[in-house]
Amino acid sequence: MIETFGIKLICSKNSCLSPVVCLVVSVSCRLCLVVSCRLCLSPVCLLSSVCLLLSVCLLSSVCLLSSVSVPSTGEVVFCSASTVLKYTQDDLSQRGVFGVLLCTNFRVSFVSDEAPTEEMGQLFKNKLYGENDIPLSCVDNIYGGSEDKRKLITGGLVKNKYPSKMIIHCKDLRVFQFSLSFSKEEDAKKIFQGIVHHCLEPKSLRCLFAFSYCENTSYPEAQRKKQTVMFDSVEDWTQDMKRTKGNCRVVSENSNFELSPKLPQYFIVPKNVSDEDLTKYQGKGLPMWCWSHHSGCALFKTASIPLVQEDNVPQTYMEKMLTAVAHNHLYSVKTEDLSDTLPTVQDILLSYNRFKQFFLIDNTTEFWMSDMKWFSSLDNCGWLDIIRQCLQKAVEVVESLEKENTNVLIMEEGGSDLCCVVSSLVQLMLDPYYRTLLGFQSLVQKEWVAGGHAFLDRSNHLHLKDKVESQSPVFLLFLECVWQLQQQHGPAFQFSETYLTVLSDSIHVPVFTTFLFNNDGHRDSLLRAESPHTQRSPLNCPTVWDWSVQFDCKAQDLFTNPLYTEKPKQDTSVRKSYRPRHLRQLSLPSSAFKTPPKKGFFKDEADNLKKILGVKRLSRWMLSPSSDSPQTSSSVREFYEAWQTKPLDYHGLLLPCLDGPSIRVWMQRYLRWIHDVQILGGGPVAMLSKVSEILGEVQELQRQLDRHGCTLTSNHKGARPRAKTAAAVIAARSSVRLSSSFPFVTSRNWSFKPAIPTSLLQSLMVTGMAGNLADREDDGGPESLV
Amino acid sequence: MENTGSIDSLGSKRSSSRQPSVDSLSSTSTSRSDRSAHAAKPTFAMSSDNVSISTDFSPELRGRPKAVAKVLRDSKEEPQLLPKESVQDMAKDVTYICPYIGALRGTLTVTNYRLFFKCMDREPAFVLDLPLGVVSRVEKIGGASSRGDVSYGLVCKDIRNLRFAHKQMEDSLRKSIFEILMKCAFPVSNGLTIFAFEYGQVYPENGWKVYDAQAEYKRQGLPNESWRITKVNDHYELCDTYPSTLVVPVNIPDEELKRVAAFRAKGRIPVLSWIHPESQATVIRCSQPMVGVNGKRSKDDEKYLQTIMDANAQSHKLFIFDARPSVNAAANKMKGGGYESEDAYQNAELVFLDIHNIHVMRESLRKLKEVVYPNIEESHWFSNLESTHWLEHIKLILAGALRIADKVESGKTSVVVHCSDGWDRTAQLTSLAMVMLDGHYRTIRGFQVLLEKEWLSFGHRFQLRIGHGDKNHTDADRSPVFLQFIDCVWQMTRQFPAAFEFNEYFLITILDHLYSCLFGTFMCNSEQQRVKEELPKKTVSLWAYINSQPEEFTNPLYVNYSNHVLFPVVSMRHLELWVGYYIRWNPRMRPQEPVHQRYKELLAKRAELQKRVEELQREVTNRSASSSSERAGSPTRSITPVQTFV
Repeated sequence: MIETFGIKLICSKNSCLSPVVCLVVSVSCRLCLVVSCRLCLSPVCLLSSVCLLLSVCLLSSVCLLSSVSVPSTGEVVFCSASTVLKYTQDDLSQRGVFGVLLCTNFRVSFVSDEAPTEEMGQLFKNKLYGENDIPLSCVDNIYGGSEDKRKLITGGLVKNKYPSKMIIHCKDLRVFQFSLSFSKEEDAKKIFQGIVHHCLEPKSLRCLFAFSYCENTSYPEAQRKKQTVMFDSVEDWTQDMKRTKGNCRVVSENSNFELSPKLPQYFIVPKNVSDEDLTKYQGKGLPMWCWSHHSGCALFKTASIPLVQEDNVPQTYMEKMLTAVAHNHLYSVKTEDLSDTLPTVQDILLSYNRFKQFFLIDNTTEFWMSDMKWFSSLDNCGWLDIIRQCLQKAVEVVESLEKENTNVLIMEEGGSDLCCVVSSLVQLMLDPYYRTLLGFQSLVQKEWVAGGHAFLDRSNHLHLKDKVESQSPVFLLFLECVWQLQQQHGPAFQFSETYLTVLSDSIHVPVFTTFLFNNDGHRDSLLRAESPHTQRSPLNCPTVWDWSVQFDCKAQDLFTNPLYTEKPKQDTSVRKSYRPRHLRQLSLPSSAFKTPPKKGFFKDEADNLKKILGVKRLSRWMLSPSSDSPQTSSSVREFYEAWQTKPLDYHGLLLPCLDGPSIRVWMQRYLRWIHDVQILGGGPVAMLSKVSEILGEVQELQRQLDRHGCTLTSNHKGARPRAKTAAAVIAARSSVRLSSSFPFVTSRNWSFKPAIPTSLLQSLMVTGMAGNLADREDDGGPESLV
Repeated sequence: MENTGSIDSLGSKRSSSRQPSVDSLSSTSTSRSDRSAHAAKPTFAMSSDNVSISTDFSPELRGRPKAVAKVLRDSKEEPQLLPKESVQDMAKDVTYICPYIGALRGTLTVTNYRLFFKCMDREPAFVLDLPLGVVSRVEKIGGASSRGDVSYGLVCKDIRNLRFAHKQMEDSLRKSIFEILMKCAFPVSNGLTIFAFEYGQVYPENGWKVYDAQAEYKRQGLPNESWRITKVNDHYELCDTYPSTLVVPVNIPDEELKRVAAFRAKGRIPVLSWIHPESQATVIRCSQPMVGVNGKRSKDDEKYLQTIMDANAQSHKLFIFDARPSVNAAANKMKGGGYESEDAYQNAELVFLDIHNIHVMRESLRKLKEVVYPNIEESHWFSNLESTHWLEHIKLILAGALRIADKVESGKTSVVVHCSDGWDRTAQLTSLAMVMLDGHYRTIRGFQVLLEKEWLSFGHRFQLRIGHGDKNHTDADRSPVFLQFIDCVWQMTRQFPAAFEFNEYFLITILDHLYSCLFGTFMCNSEQQRVKEELPKKTVSLWAYINSQPEEFTNPLYVNYSNHVLFPVVSMRHLELWVGYYIRWNPRMRPQEPVHQRYKELLAKRAELQKRVEELQREVTNRSASSSSERAGSPTRSITPVQTFV
């Protein structure tokens, strides 16, 4: 299917001077010419005229690679191998499917020799990559296997012996197993080396697929503008502050990154921050406004300034900033150093790495073995506990804002990891706007993208050795927390679980500008530099919010939650823009004046701020607080219980329950690919489809009513417009045929064969809990009658 | 939870779902009193699917309220009484030490049915209201303290403990209310009558008629050419723990059945429980064969099983599922029992399902209670849960039932299921397999039939396992076998939210009345005893109560895919602790608003819209009759943005 031509060209890059292998692939009738250097495997640029010439020459011998599911423009194939066996994941037998394994600048792709099965699973097809494609940045680990052993491949040249089996663990938790032993040795070597090289070796940002993709895709910019608020203009920030009735200062002096490339292009600071303050310490210590509570108090975040013992300057500066924050509302402020109280980014990574192993299942036996210690393994990896800690911290901040009406300043080194997690969670809990789909996307834009979360470093797409330390799934942690909230208060969220899962997958699709950069300045400089039209606008790449890049409309219907309780509109006359009114239906009475705060976790500066500022040294209250006092959790507990006794308002304050059984595993994300745990005919989709169905009917009826209302003469029996909701999508297919992995796994492999667990009793026997009880007879005493 | 029972005062149905489940037995009763004060409309709080409030006194449970008198009394400290319920004692200034709120001072009332505590100091009043049947043990804790307080602890069967304290009686001749309580809570031990025999409420339906063995077998297509209904056990002579109606192979005459009975423990011969409508593969239940140490054989038993296999033409094999771990099965040989050897039973394959005995289960539940009541330790929740092994046992039971169902459905093979006596684990396995295989048992009435058939008529010893009215709380015969079964069903409803006609509240109601001693349903150990005690005549069936208001127990999401087999996933990943039952007393774990709630709103909205559309249509037809020529151009034109939600 793929022809390799021994056309001798000289690889000029890296002066490796080896013959170049030229591949020509036709993808859905679009020709693209691929040239790659056999040894260094870097793509070689050819003059376009040469390309043209070559392509004309080779056209006759080109085979159509029509079954490759994708289309992406700008995609080039680096290497390939045929007769590769892809094992079917769900059993230990060596069965599988033969096909071609390709490595392109976008993905590792397996193209089955068998005719593609046209299935109804096509509904939720990702336009960018198919079920047998792995975007390069989505590759987590590669293992080389021979016989029964497997070895982690860390990159570099594999010497002499190439493993016959390649196992790829993906960041979206898929597991692929390929056997290379049926391919030509040359091909096998090449593909193995190629995949390892492109997935694990350091590369430059320029090599990420986004750049080739965007250069080759004309992308209409206009349409995205009217959706998600991008927070890339003064207006967006001003608008959001107005919406929350904040009273701070919008800073636009950094619009061309004159102040600092590390500071956001636009941001908001307390009114009392002066111009000189803006540039000190490269923006460290500068309180950035996140959100204003209706009482007037607000949430700020900042990157903490490392304290130097002798030097008083940062301390004076910090004191000044704190005063500025305090002045925002009623001279009260609480500070919270997240570095002291939440796990570090390294802890998060370590914990997640342990956690994910439970789901990267190579075979059934392994799965059922791990099933026995499932609960204690969950505890041991600590991932759920980290989620709980983040939620708890957010609840503490919410309590300060909501109950005590103090300003809150959260800080950490860098100010763009856990600060983002906590501040976004606080806003989700307090502000119903952020629980809408567009609101949520705006929140991510505001806190994470504009807020300067180092997406590139945290994901380490580039596999830079010096960035290994900074890798950490912080954004995923945030999505996990959102999922917990959503799980507990379903009807409050307009977006669905599927939406969150897809969003978590999209982090690893290197197409979207959203996740490719470390901050505004970074993005700006790169996009500008890479622009084909240097003089004009910067390179125009899609953001992840352009869901049409990945999914068609029907699939996008699954992003909305059919259970969402929409706020009844008060006035239908004025069509509001995308921002609904800042809804204030608080379930707790907020005091007009400040209540004396409890002794809590926060160091409380409110009561005698002047005294503190005058007398106390900054270092005093920048010290880490006496660690987790039981008082904290009891205070949070009281706050939760007080909230709980009030009637629940989905458009008011939402708090998560943090007790053991309430924090759960995100089943859809983690279990979707594991065959043995797919509930056929069941799972949440069984319920949602029913709900969607009724919702569709209700909408249809409403429509009829409206029609009748408008034109009483119209005949309702005319052609009815179909309700185009998720309802239609799911209800179209009998829910009996769906599984708990819907919509990610198609029911192609539908079988009535249940998964029977192996090795059941072992754990019970090992623990010896049964003791002599187990040996006793069922029935002891004499029978007694009533 | 200070505002227990504020459901109605808040006036909002939606908010009611967030009402505390702590002491929720009481919360309903308060709301009930509010309700009866407002109107006679007995609609339950919608939320009730998740909150347990079954042992309560919804107006249907009691007699027709004498409106005025009742309303007056509600503000007082006594409970509303059921028909034939009478106050035994009442004490003021009793302190209830609530593990969540703290000490509460109020009035304690003991009747022949319930314990009722009301604290008027709080707004709204705090009420604790539980049937005495729930009490497993009453004990005096310590001696009199310096302040002269005496403390009593009540251990309950429904995963909670209650603690009371009151002043030492000055008049030492007078009995303390707790002594009265100890008497009333254990009527069997004290020669009193269980309240179920006095409760005289009349319901529209006689719940005892829900199950008719003949009708149920007829539904399954029995008798047929291979299976007959035998009258051999009409007077419980063949087996006193079996029902009178039994289905056996056509070719085996009653005389041979008696010889088979001699070889099976307690005479519990293999009989048909369920037959596959298409493949004719059957689920057979029995007790262990009396093999003994010497490996005794019975030609009759061997022939009998062969006949069972032959009755299914689709398969030349028979699977015998022994619920026990093989070690225990082997140990049973010492006592004359054992298991079928594959040598003796040709074409039979024996599989051990490794489910532990009633003692292990009891111990596991005890540990579980320690972990979940009163408070949950946050940090090691999962490890603590794992250490109870409760979910592991659930997994094993479900896995066993799954294998049985799989053999019958996918393998088209008949299966024989037994444990030792065939009334605990066997009942769990056959009934769960039948829930998986037959959609009828997933309906409200079908499930009642299933319980009546597999559990009650086949002699699961409820009296012994629960210990109704018996003070001997250490009795080794007590075990949560039935609770485990209901838990397994709940796990299945979690995995298949649209496949069951009943909701969680239905399951919780069954469990609450398992202990309450209000209904006769779970009294006695066998059908024979129930007949002898004339339960259908003297008591009310739980099904009468449930079927009088089925809407409370209906899962609105139910899709009837009746001929669809359900295979649950029995991985720990998909099993979870039933918070709505085991942790329902903890106010923090109050269930979030269930989807059902939202769904019901949608259904109501739909009904309302349908009505309006119909009205409009009528109007339209009227008008178009007068001016038929006019038509709107495009029907889609006037579509306005969808605005559906309530």
